[in-house]
Amino acid sequence: MVTTEQTDLQSVTRRIRRHIVNQVYAAKSGHIGGSMSSTEILSVLYGRILRHDPKRPDWAERDRFIMSKGHCTPLQYAILAEFGYIPVDELSTFRQKGSRLQGHSVLGKPAGVENSAGSLGMGLSFGLGIRLGLRLRGQDPHVYVLMGDGEQQEGQVWEAAMAAAHHGVDRLVALIDRNGIQNDDFTKNTMESTPLDEKYRAFGWEVRTDVDGHDLAAVEAALTWARDVRGKPACVIFDTVKGKGVSFMENNPNFHGAPPTDDEYARAMQELPA
Amino acid sequence: MTTVQATAATRDALGPTLVRLQQSGAVDLVVVDADLGKSTTSRKFKDAYPERFFTVGVAEQNMVSVAGGLATLGYTVFASTFAVFIEHAFDQLRMSVAQPRLNVKIVASHGGVSTGEDGASAQSIEDIALFSSLATFKVGVPADVVEAEAMIEAAAKDPGPWYIRTGRPKLPVLYTDGSRYEIGKAGRLREGNDVTLVAYGLMVERALRAADVLAAEGIQARVLNIATIRPLDTAALEAAARETGAIVVAEEHLSHTGLGAMAAQALATRHPVPMEFVAIPDRYGESGTWDQVLEIMGLTPQGVVEAARRVVARKRA
Ligand SMILES: Cc1ncc(C[n+]2csc(CCOP(=O)(O)OP(=O)(O)O)c2C)c(N)n1
Ligand SMILES: [Mg+2]
Repeated sequence: MVTTEQTDLQSVTRRIRRHIVNQVYAAKSGHIGGSMSSTEILSVLYGRILRHDPKRPDWAERDRFIMSKGHCTPLQYAILAEFGYIPVDELSTFRQKGSRLQGHSVLGKPAGVENSAGSLGMGLSFGLGIRLGLRLRGQDPHVYVLMGDGEQQEGQVWEAAMAAAHHGVDRLVALIDRNGIQNDDFTKNTMESTPLDEKYRAFGWEVRTDVDGHDLAAVEAALTWARDVRGKPACVIFDTVKGKGVSFMENNPNFHGAPPTDDEYARAMQELPA
Repeated sequence: MTTVQATAATRDALGPTLVRLQQSGAVDLVVVDADLGKSTTSRKFKDAYPERFFTVGVAEQNMVSVAGGLATLGYTVFASTFAVFIEHAFDQLRMSVAQPRLNVKIVASHGGVSTGEDGASAQSIEDIALFSSLATFKVGVPADVVEAEAMIEAAAKDPGPWYIRTGRPKLPVLYTDGSRYEIGKAGRLREGNDVTLVAYGLMVERALRAADVLAAEGIQARVLNIATIRPLDTAALEAAARETGAIVVAEEHLSHTGLGAMAAQALATRHPVPMEFVAIPDRYGESGTWDQVLEIMGLTPQGVVEAARRVVARKRA
């Protein structure tokens, strides 16, 4: 297990945002917006909450992180690099021929990626399956599943939510990045998914909502709370800004899945402190 | 190979086989169900191992992805519903199971049109195509309850994704002296060198009956039971093509996307011979008893006989 108390998450998140933009710029494709909005959530999760060991990615007692919004691989690989699973240099191979760093998450590529994703809506079910199996073995590990707010429109999410509560599953934590934007447009113009807290509560979950997803202390408090919920699955809804960290990308639906131009890249890197 | 009076549905094999396998200690089974466990018979496993049986309600997409998650822990995961309803979860099968090659066995009952009375919505005429299009899946259809049991056991012990279609009608038992099922190996149920009748599922017994009729006309038909559709026993097909020079494929499935199409492709590069196809044309089924619906679709011994006569005539022309 990594000793994480000393990890300076502030600088981790700074480096991660640069990794995200660098990867997508180099690959000329990839998803910056939703990667930037979940940066603090995953940095705190890996740095403070998750029981994991990059030297033993197949350790049976590890907590599992399931990336349901599998387009946010620039963030996932940056996290794996910063937390010792892969060399930082490897990030330059993102989406390139022969690379382990595939466009969307692929189970086992590299070790530390726990599920295949890309088609939205399946992660909570997959995580539920893992948690049910762990419970059957009498094992403790938690399963954390990161989803988008647009993704909440997929019916399967609610099948999983209903089943998790029905089976009294705990140590299953849904993390929702409520950045208010999906592929084409703002979520409110596409298909309003709020109020999410009431929906999850009605489905039998413990919910914490309105958490500032870019405030490290707030994220840590919410994740700590979720980790300790017993008897029910837990859900944390984070308010975030899509594209967070680069002024012209922030809250801009055009930066969901489009790479930056040369000029945009230069401006973005100027805005992102090293 | 002779048929006897005893009949049973292939679906009846599932529950008892799962219980026996778990008892044997050879596999670490869990079963996921979407509210059809009584019909698929998987619920018998629940009676024996309630803690290893997870129902997700009427939610097939969730069932498949949950099965994938369970499989990451090393369990052998069986999930079942009707063949038409597993089609509800195609993308989940693709991404949560097939792409990561997880150890999930889909055993779907009520396959084909022989569900009968329920009508078109309950009749799967495209399941073999769907599962054969998932690159890492093995696909099998047992011809009787004995073979069903053997196939389920083989799948349980074979790592990776599987689809097994079982059926509702009570069929004659063909393998009265025990199964000879081997993954990827066609079963040769009757010898003959004038034509080969290739079939799976309930069409195997109908092909055997057709062979009896043909024999009376002086046409000696070989009968191949292609119980595993993927991987396909291309060696047996090639030998049949070389040795009999004419092939009929009979199946309870849409014609252009079933075993017939796959067999024709396999033979095109190996040893093309005249072929005929007894299968479902571009149409959906309707209500009726199971044998009536098969008759509407032309899936009868007589249909196989006529196709065999045509293909033999083409061969001799
Ligand atoms: C099943 C499915 N349909 C469509 C898409 C295409 N797609 C990729 S990302 C996306 C929007 C996701 O929005 P959200 O869940 O809010 O993610 P985030 O804003 O965090 O990037 C869509 C529609 C997909 N990946 N999967
Ligand atoms: Mg969003």
